[in-house]
Amino acid sequence: MSDEDSSGTPENGVRRRDFINIAAVSAAGVGGVAVIVPLVSQMWPSADVLAESTTEVDIAAVQPGQAIKAVFRKQPVFIRNLTPAEIEAANKVDVASLRDPQTLAERTKKGHENLLITMGVCTHLGCVPQGAGAGEVKGEFGGYFCPCHGSHYDTAARIRKGPAPKNLHVPDYEINGTVVKIG
Amino acid sequence: MSFPWSKEYKPSHPLMTWLDEKLPLPRLVYNAVGGGYEVPRNLNYFWNFGFLAGFCLVIQIVTGVILAMHYSGETSVAFNSTEHIMRDVNWGWMLRYGHANGAAAFFAVVYMHIFRGFYYGSYKAPREMIWLLGVVIFLLMMATAFMGYVLPWGQMSYWAAQVITGLFSAIPLVGDPLKEWLLGGFAPGNATLNRFFSLHFLLPFVILGVVILHIWSLHIPGSSNPTGVEVKSESDTVPFHPYYTAKDGWTVGLFMIIYSLFVFFMPNALGHPDNYIPANPMQTPAHIVPEWYFWPFYAILRSFTQNFLFFEAKLLGVMAMFAAILVWFFLPWLDRSPVRSATYRPLYRKFFWLLVADVLVLGYLGGAPAEQPYVLISQLATMYYFLHFLVIVPIVSSIERPDPLPFSITESVLGSDGAAKL
Repeated sequence: MSDEDSSGTPENGVRRRDFINIAAVSAAGVGGVAVIVPLVSQMWPSADVLAESTTEVDIAAVQPGQAIKAVFRKQPVFIRNLTPAEIEAANKVDVASLRDPQTLAERTKKGHENLLITMGVCTHLGCVPQGAGAGEVKGEFGGYFCPCHGSHYDTAARIRKGPAPKNLHVPDYEINGTVVKIG
Repeated sequence: MSFPWSKEYKPSHPLMTWLDEKLPLPRLVYNAVGGGYEVPRNLNYFWNFGFLAGFCLVIQIVTGVILAMHYSGETSVAFNSTEHIMRDVNWGWMLRYGHANGAAAFFAVVYMHIFRGFYYGSYKAPREMIWLLGVVIFLLMMATAFMGYVLPWGQMSYWAAQVITGLFSAIPLVGDPLKEWLLGGFAPGNATLNRFFSLHFLLPFVILGVVILHIWSLHIPGSSNPTGVEVKSESDTVPFHPYYTAKDGWTVGLFMIIYSLFVFFMPNALGHPDNYIPANPMQTPAHIVPEWYFWPFYAILRSFTQNFLFFEAKLLGVMAMFAAILVWFFLPWLDRSPVRSATYRPLYRKFFWLLVADVLVLGYLGGAPAEQPYVLISQLATMYYFLHFLVIVPIVSSIERPDPLPFSITESVLGSDGAAKL
């Protein structure tokens, strides 16, 4: 039939209309998938949230045995000046026996082993552990205790007991004199 | 179900005849919840909770849409706008207390509805789809309730958002980025609150859609009944209207008495005082617990404290908590007993009540602090929970010798089918 000749090649059963059909549905499919990119991407932290990425704290007033809370990315950071007894307690632990094996030296800067800077965010589900404020419970290992689900951290803020999988996270920071720049 | 004796919709007014030809909506309602829906005559009060659940959904949507007119989902004003509703908006206190206690009432009613399904084997063939859709509704309810709880932006709101999104960070590799994606930041913030408000408004209507599917799939086999014996003849059923509309109306009245007691006399009894403190990202409240309706699942989450093989304790807890509900999806195939109702299953019945006790224990532990001996007991209770579904139910359903079933629904009610002529 003359109609068939104008709409495709009848000998192998493929018509021009089939090509148009596949091309149109493919283009619509690719377009549909491409639309997902902005729809998903808008959920990520926006530019203003990302802009709050560094914090500077003066730690001159923090005496051994004291700790302060700072704010980094809208989350608490614990800056703790360890006493010699606390440093000794942290170093006495058999590192291989730890859930997340790390030494105190690995968690502090060289020359500032007494300065323990960690996120105040429990690695279990994100509560703020107690132990940085005066008079707060420090848990069975003298570091931090998370009241939400009972995680105990030691004097190097390493997880010792309870459901948390990791040690309290040590953020990137640098020390310039008495000023700590986090982030 | 449309039985041969089901009555057909007959428009009584020329206007209704005209409408029936153009858009047979009255006919749909008549067949769904009117005189055209034939229902077993022997339903007990446990069958009223489905209707009550629908009623609760209506309460939540009506109060919720109104609250949204007065609320602002911005972290700097969200807490104050909630207080503005409580103090300044006309009747705002009633709408908010009605909404907060309405959520608790919705869960209470739905738990009774699920209890009914478990005891009377409502999940069994040919009603599996109704059950599966019901579990979907329950999951959607949990998500909706959680996001609604975040909106007042008090201390409990903030830390609920932190902890629940923290669950997702347990997932290996993608967990932390996923958490940031869900929150739109590194910790709950304005982006989080806004998206939760948006979704909290949307999801109830998704629930409404799934409820319609739930009822649609119910109308294919028709309602189950306390004997678990299928409908055989006209004497086994009565029309939904007026018989069950009247009975449901009566229980709506009873429900409103209890609901009003909470709303008007103890509106904060189920809440936490800490949520009247504005959100503070620097300080976690000493004792954070979810609302009572999440306690059993929260206890399961917390019962995992040790790593196992290469799985972190945190991940195990999260998986167990989700698995505790996902296992319900498999119940129609785990329970292979052809007898539906536990009334005729002496062995299953004993284990059923043990499970109820186990869930109540888990519920108590979920509200208790994360200390011994609560942790150990919740570990044992969690173990039994999964043992019930994965081991006990399949074994019992294959070894049990059920009691004799009545010949028909009519016989179970009247003693013999001869006495059943209406």
